[in-house]
Amino acid sequence: MANATGKQRLRSLKEPLVKMTEQRSQTHVFGLLAEFDAPEQLRDACRGVREAGYTCWDAHSPFPVHGLERAMGLKRSPVPWFVLILGLSGAAAGMLLQWWVSEVAYPLVVSGKPFFSWPAFVPIMFECGVLGGALGALFGFLALAGLPKPYHALFHSKRFERVTDDKFFISIEARDAQFHQQETERFLKGLGASHVELVETYSVL
Amino acid sequence: MAQAVREVTVEAVSDIDPIQGRPALITGTPGFHGVTEAVARAVEWKPPAGWYIAFAISCTLLFLFLVSMAWLFWEGVGIWGNNVPVAWAWPITNFVFWVGIGHAGTLISAILFLFRQRWRTSINRAAEAMTIFAVLCALIFPAIHTGRPWLAYWMLPVPNQMGMWPQFRSPLMWDVFAVSIYLTVSVLFWYVGLIPDLATLRDRAKTRVRQIVYGILALGWRSSHRQWLHYERAYLLLAGLATPLVLSVHSVVSFDFAVSKLPGWHSTIFPPYFVAGAIFSGMAMVVTLMVVCRVAFKLEHLITILHFDRMAKLILLTGSMVAYAYAVECFVAWYSGNAFEKFAFLNRALGPYAWAYWVMIVGNVLAPQLFWFKRARTSIAILFVVSILVNVGMWFERFVIVVTSLHRDFLPSSWGYFSPTVWDVTTLMGSFGLFFTLFCLFVRYLPMVAMAEVKGVLPEARGDG
Repeated sequence: MANATGKQRLRSLKEPLVKMTEQRSQTHVFGLLAEFDAPEQLRDACRGVREAGYTCWDAHSPFPVHGLERAMGLKRSPVPWFVLILGLSGAAAGMLLQWWVSEVAYPLVVSGKPFFSWPAFVPIMFECGVLGGALGALFGFLALAGLPKPYHALFHSKRFERVTDDKFFISIEARDAQFHQQETERFLKGLGASHVELVETYSVL
Repeated sequence: MAQAVREVTVEAVSDIDPIQGRPALITGTPGFHGVTEAVARAVEWKPPAGWYIAFAISCTLLFLFLVSMAWLFWEGVGIWGNNVPVAWAWPITNFVFWVGIGHAGTLISAILFLFRQRWRTSINRAAEAMTIFAVLCALIFPAIHTGRPWLAYWMLPVPNQMGMWPQFRSPLMWDVFAVSIYLTVSVLFWYVGLIPDLATLRDRAKTRVRQIVYGILALGWRSSHRQWLHYERAYLLLAGLATPLVLSVHSVVSFDFAVSKLPGWHSTIFPPYFVAGAIFSGMAMVVTLMVVCRVAFKLEHLITILHFDRMAKLILLTGSMVAYAYAVECFVAWYSGNAFEKFAFLNRALGPYAWAYWVMIVGNVLAPQLFWFKRARTSIAILFVVSILVNVGMWFERFVIVVTSLHRDFLPSSWGYFSPTVWDVTTLMGSFGLFFTLFCLFVRYLPMVAMAEVKGVLPEARGDG
């Protein structure tokens, strides 16, 4: 009995909190998700979406579809700049470390060579440069691709689970100036989408 | 689901790619979903009985490794056979052997990628995993070879209580950087390649634990083309960075020998010779592993005989480069007119370790010559046997280089003969245990074929583009 009252008391404490969250978190439209069956259809549809003037949209496919960046009108990825800058910094840091250790921190005459005998330091400089470049590629990719991103509205869609398997999608977001729920849905169907669904997302006010 | 799987394996074989008119890389026209099923099945279903047997054997060997380590740390390096004049002996032989194994993984994943060899897609994931596990095994040996692994931090440029710093003019220091950066970059490259496939496993996950673990590892990948754009560029650049890295790593390993002034070590041919040998031994290990995995996990239509044919050609190519290097060593020993050089060579081929030298010649020079014949390149049995012979031959190559050069140097009064102790043998066997345990775990929990990449080389993926 005492146990039941304890549980009841806990519920009475939790209820207003639950209600408050429910009231404050509302769903709103994230956008429309159109499904396609083949990569060529996706490519043609992307061309159509771009020509229609949409800006906040994306294409999703289980593998990078050849020629899609042209159909979507995407610019080249700036990842190489991350690699170049971090690669050169890594190489410079590698050489700097060896110079500082050999010239300042622990000057030691080895086989009568100068303290800063740079030819012998080239291999480590090179390896450090490669390390910097690789880290640049990783972090550049993650930053530009917006990863890690544990929550995304598209993950609410059950059909979207097949994007990593064998289905192709186009998502047009509601924040696009041209977005109109019915119009855009009709437009996507006209592009050959086999299925169009509305995707909602939560927003805590 | 079971039906879809059966369709994949039973369906008629269409061997010609309809678009390129070349032999199809993936047989049986599995379709995108078929590829996902075939690969993800190995991770999601109960593994075959063979997996449990392999895992049990690997774990036993791993336990043997741990016991050997414990005894080594308790008793010291005296439990091994290495002693002056052969101070490097087995641990360094094993180190070079394992680093070499790793190189084929990077060759397949990076160099063949840059050369746009589409056939690599079926085997690159497993080969990259092999690289990482092999380099891990390799890193252990120099650390334990010092006998005091708790002092390994002396090799790192960190401020310490002794006020001492590393000596960067030594190839041994270059090795510390080269091999540890090689491991790091290999892991990065592997992980970036895994992200889309981890997302596939996340989306197919049935249990909460799988959803969470694969969900975290997939980082929220949405297969969006705005992500693919950066992904593909980053992958290309990682391949571009890994290629000179892998060539530099084994060159640096060869400098450990070539920069010293010992006959048999002091040789300018060492860097290219070591790189070719490393890729040669690694390719053989990939063949050994893939022959077993494709049958155990029913991936015969993804890893086809065509893949083995091409790997065999690479083994033949790199094997012939190694044979050329042996011939050049022989030529230089005579042409140099240097008595010590000449003696070192004759001592290798005819001295007390002649048996090791000829095992090396049989495994590395003669065995791969079989691959001139298409019959041999497409016979799984011959491939498997030759790949084992090459692995053995390449281990002996390092043994020959390390031991025969050291055991008889300039001064006959300091000559000696090295024989391994039982602990040398258990440590080597144990390192195989570590390697195979990690590989068993890999095939059980991660997709062993790069699904997204294989889908990209299916004829239906290329369409009219």
